[in-house]
Amino acid sequence: MIEVKNISKTFDDGRTVLHDVSATFYTGKTNLIIGQSGSGKTVMMKSIVGLVRPESGEILYDGRDFLAMDPEQIKNLRKEIGMLFQGSALFDSETVLGNVMFPLMMFTSMSPAEQRERAQFCLARVNLHGADHKYPAEISGGMQKRVAIARAIALNPKYLFCDEPNSGLDPRTSLVIDELLSDITHEYGITTIINTHDMNSVMGIGENIVFIKEGRPGWVGNSRELFHSDNKDLNDFVFATQLFRDARSYIREHNRN
Amino acid sequence: MILASAISSFGRYWLFMKRVFSVPDKWRVFYSRTIFEINKLGIDSIPLVIVISIFIGAVCTIQMVLNTSNPLLPAYSVGLATRDIVLLEFSNSILCLILAGKVGSNIASEIGTMRVTEQIDALDIMGVNSANYLVLPKVVGFVLFMPILDVLCIGTALLGGYGVAIFTDMITVSRYVYGIQAFFQEWYVWYGIIKSVVFAYIIASVAAYCGFFVKGGALEVGKASTNAVVSSSILILLMDVILTKLLLQ
Repeated sequence: MIEVKNISKTFDDGRTVLHDVSATFYTGKTNLIIGQSGSGKTVMMKSIVGLVRPESGEILYDGRDFLAMDPEQIKNLRKEIGMLFQGSALFDSETVLGNVMFPLMMFTSMSPAEQRERAQFCLARVNLHGADHKYPAEISGGMQKRVAIARAIALNPKYLFCDEPNSGLDPRTSLVIDELLSDITHEYGITTIINTHDMNSVMGIGENIVFIKEGRPGWVGNSRELFHSDNKDLNDFVFATQLFRDARSYIREHNRN
Repeated sequence: MILASAISSFGRYWLFMKRVFSVPDKWRVFYSRTIFEINKLGIDSIPLVIVISIFIGAVCTIQMVLNTSNPLLPAYSVGLATRDIVLLEFSNSILCLILAGKVGSNIASEIGTMRVTEQIDALDIMGVNSANYLVLPKVVGFVLFMPILDVLCIGTALLGGYGVAIFTDMITVSRYVYGIQAFFQEWYVWYGIIKSVVFAYIIASVAAYCGFFVKGGALEVGKASTNAVVSSSILILLMDVILTKLLLQ
């Protein structure tokens, strides 16, 4: 479980992006951070993983205060973290297999044959076959995301962070990535935090949703509760399209979950 | 404002160097990456060094012939002056200014692109010291290989002058060969190697610094690449003055 308590972040130019934000992200669940562009959800995720340092508050990884850790403790904690970046962030100079083997090479004492075997297992887990020796530039965006997921789970992380995992993907591929992230979360009991504004993801895999509005916590719930919420900011954001408004009306009328 | 910015950059550069020169996470990975960088930054520069050195050596010799036609000057002065120009300045300062363009822009654009595509963030998240992992092999590889490029440059430049002696009637081969051996001071070779090693460090580290702290997109990567070449060229010229004063006085 990851607990964020009262974190605030102001940048050098005086912009305060996070105002006293608190949230809890549960183990074995797909936790979503949602909000409009510029609402502060990326800064929140970067604060949790340590790419941005908040001025105040606490970030607890299963009770361990991340902001109070020394560099060695942070280094050890990072071995428990996997991250999927918006643009996949695969290493251009490495093949698909090389990318997945990279964390194994850096942080384990496995032999090259064992690293290869583990990397191939992870690639098979994300249903990627026959691309081992291709370079990232030679595969599609969806395949790149799957390679990035395979790399993120190579070290059996306890915490998985995904920044806009569906950006730039078609709806069908987005669905595949969502299902994959959900399956991996439940299968390995990982604390998964997904930063998204893809409403299909929100409806499909949102087990714990944190809505951020202008750097402030706006609403917390799950995808079922979302349809019955009276929070105006949340409804304006989630049910912006007619399709979702109709879906909400239908569900409310038939009192369905 | 400019002074404050310069001081800030200077401080950030040394903090960056502190991260670069820390103990590698895995020595085996460091060795293999260093070999890779020697190949990419050093061995791949050999054709450029050979081509430039031959032509500059030839031009130096022709210029010396044309400008030392005074009968009071001994005939071997052409070879001697060509050799000393090559040993003292061309094989280190001028060569490194040229390599700042090739190697410096390569390093800055590579690391800058990794920064804007979040590859460096990915390394940091994994717990890898990204500065050490990416930059140290480049600095060590280039610094280690630079003396070889320096000596290669000296040899091929003198060969260029030899070509002038062979293919033209401006100077005889025997006079040229006598000239490049006359009053030889071994220290000049060491002086050139010391300078080239310092300049190689400047090229690799400044370019890596410019690339590592890029913010933005492709446009900023291009600017970082230009900044890397300009900054390292200025620093090379500044250090050239200081090292010449220290080593030759």
